[in-house]
Amino acid sequence: MTLWPLLGIVMVIAGFALRLNPLLVVVCSALATGLLAGLEPLAVVAALGKAFNDNRYISVTWIILPLIGLLERHGLQQRAQSLVRTLRGASLGRLLVAYLAFRQITSALGMKDIGGHAQTVRPLVAPMAEAAAAQTHGDLSAEQREQIRAMAAATDNVGLFFGEDIFFAIASILLIQGVFESAGHALTPLQLSLWAVPSALCAFAIHGSRLLRFDRRLGRGGTGGGQ
Amino acid sequence: MITYAALYTLAGLVFGTWALLSLRGGRWANAAFWGLLATSFLAGDHMSDLANGALVLGLVALAASDRLRRSTPATTGPAERQDLSERLGNRLFLPALIVPLTAVCGTLAYTYTPLGRTGLLEARHETLILFGIGVVVALATTLAWLRPPPIAAAEEGGRLLDSIGWAAIMPQMLAALGAVFALAGIGPLIGGQAGSVIPPGSVLLTVVVYGLGMALFTMVMGNAFAAFPVMAAAIGIPVLVEQYGGHAAVIGAGGMLAGFCGTLLTPMAANYNIVPAALLELRDPHGVIRQQAGTALPLWVCTVAIIYVGAFVL
Repeated sequence: MTLWPLLGIVMVIAGFALRLNPLLVVVCSALATGLLAGLEPLAVVAALGKAFNDNRYISVTWIILPLIGLLERHGLQQRAQSLVRTLRGASLGRLLVAYLAFRQITSALGMKDIGGHAQTVRPLVAPMAEAAAAQTHGDLSAEQREQIRAMAAATDNVGLFFGEDIFFAIASILLIQGVFESAGHALTPLQLSLWAVPSALCAFAIHGSRLLRFDRRLGRGGTGGGQ
Repeated sequence: MITYAALYTLAGLVFGTWALLSLRGGRWANAAFWGLLATSFLAGDHMSDLANGALVLGLVALAASDRLRRSTPATTGPAERQDLSERLGNRLFLPALIVPLTAVCGTLAYTYTPLGRTGLLEARHETLILFGIGVVVALATTLAWLRPPPIAAAEEGGRLLDSIGWAAIMPQMLAALGAVFALAGIGPLIGGQAGSVIPPGSVLLTVVVYGLGMALFTMVMGNAFAAFPVMAAAIGIPVLVEQYGGHAAVIGAGGMLAGFCGTLLTPMAANYNIVPAALLELRDPHGVIRQQAGTALPLWVCTVAIIYVGAFVL
């Protein structure tokens, strides 16, 4: 058995690492893999076309955009921001833990774009976190302020990544379904999103306890581990 | 019976509308791109595989030409949105909740009550079909409630879609790549190799290699989506599912999440890790990653443990 078809895998990794257009990388890799496996050129294009056609259900999820767009037109993001603002007055640790829960839950319900670095972190979460820390711990050094802002951004990322996969109609879940189905293993989106729940709970426990510890360490004048 | 065909027709009409809006705005590359995608949804089943393949090459050529543009339709300004959000309050979340509620409650009802015997929905595809129904219901509710100008729904959706651009079809293309990998026999190829490297029968070690591969490839490529078809074809499906008989749903979901741990650790995922550092005016461009490392590492260990326990012990 020849190992040449594996070159297609190497092409994906190299192409992404080199920042080439990702769609181009993927299609070139598919074509190369088919050719190296001994298929005729036209047969490879046909196989790619059939595979694309069979996996259309993954892109169906974009039909939700008119709904989200309309709600944004009427102030959905501003509403999410005022909800975050109600957390004002909480300590730094509690503020970020509450934001983590908010981000995980809304992402799990399919509203992943109401938060984000431009939408909520920069205008709200980061300044509120700095203010909360100053309230509890007094004056902060420039370095501590930077660490607090970075932690606010980190909290948004963790909440999004480990919330969104609970929503069954998200691209990552449907991609898993598509890849497994192509290999002959039928899965349902709900099964997959159910198995994202344990990791989501672990993410909340791990990141949440780190946030509370971060807050306590600021109180002792250092932030340790941050370097 | 409602099948995926109905859902595809709906999606085709939606993408077709966006193609027309792009044409009207003079963004011909966007119009061609969304028009091709609409064609795929409306006519893909009536076209030959080769014609579908040519369509894919057309989409990729347009994406690689770098000519897709954002759109700026007339919409409400920040002050107006602030007023509206104060007036409408938390009710603004309700239409967005209709979608997951319809899909989840509908699926449960369809699976566990006699409703399922009516055969109204295509078997195994009920969740996504119910998602489509939920979107239609939620959109109708919103239109009746807020009464925006008739074209607004299409324009606002198009604004969001154009901001996503060609990346919108990336997951579908990666799934297609996975299918070509399967066709080319990549699975058995690696399965054979893996058997000679990893001690036979060592399930735990194989799970660790799978989780590590997902995280490392994600870090190199900056993208868990791209790493997934590679690692699923390499180890997930041929070795963990087929050779060791693991639970496929856990291996799929867990593998992706192990990859997400990698996303937290890499500057290659610029949108999440580097852009915010700039946005928050941090002097250290890797400041966000430094704060994430302490979460990502233990979380990766937990995720690998979940894969092992969920797929092989339970």
